[in-house]
Amino acid sequence: MIQGVPLHYFLILSTLMFFIGIYGFLTRRNLITMLMSIELILNSVNINFVAFNKYLYPDALQGHFFTLIIIAIAAAEAAVAIAIIISIYRNLNSIDVEKVDEMKY
Amino acid sequence: MFFLMAAVILVFSVLTVTGRRILRSGVYLLFVLVATAVLYFMLNYNFLAAVQLTVYAGGIVVLIIFSILLTSQISERAEMAGFTQSFLSALAVILGAVLTLITIFRFTFTPTTAPAVPSDVKTIGERLISYGPGGYALPFEVISMLLLAAMVGAIIVARRETKQNNKS
Repeated sequence: MIQGVPLHYFLILSTLMFFIGIYGFLTRRNLITMLMSIELILNSVNINFVAFNKYLYPDALQGHFFTLIIIAIAAAEAAVAIAIIISIYRNLNSIDVEKVDEMKY
Repeated sequence: MFFLMAAVILVFSVLTVTGRRILRSGVYLLFVLVATAVLYFMLNYNFLAAVQLTVYAGGIVVLIIFSILLTSQISERAEMAGFTQSFLSALAVILGAVLTLITIFRFTFTPTTAPAVPSDVKTIGERLISYGPGGYALPFEVISMLLLAAMVGAIIVARRETKQNNKS
């Protein structure tokens, strides 16, 4: 752990980052920027896992491995999401969420 | 150092979600991820920080920037939500953040006194392939299958559908 930095500072940081990501996800109108907000959210959760692992349970590595697995899942998710976005752009010529409503009705 | 990195993370997160230029938002996201990797280095999780740098900062951000270049003009400004939606989202987000922070401060965390386990690459590698207690062989295999399926699926989804048109 870092000298002079209690666990609460990490939790405050990740909470603020999480809700900034949620704000971006709710207000953005572009699919790629929404994907970037999701990456922010996942990253804040990673910080939480690592801080808990280091400060509360230094005798285990669960948080460490959970973070590794989340990073791998984020990579897979980004690849699939970008493939879908490019396919949508090819068919509709737009990635604006307001215009992607072909399957709505 | 921690406060510098926290400030970098918060400032560039806000810039990522509010910036009008999409390409710049992608670069701000890169700064956030690199600062997170610095936090991992400071917590002495060297392998995790290296993975964060290579996979997130090296892979995902490059993928996102490529797809931005493929799908939009560089000079294009991003459209934001209307005032009502932004206001309601900000309200919900601030309420949620305050509630979470109150919960965090009211809870007392009790760390264990057990001796710390080393987090060097040797320990991590042994844990990843062992299936005994404290081993992570099953998640490792599951995640590799998931990655394979996701990559194949991504190729199928993004490929141009010219062969199907010839057949039908």
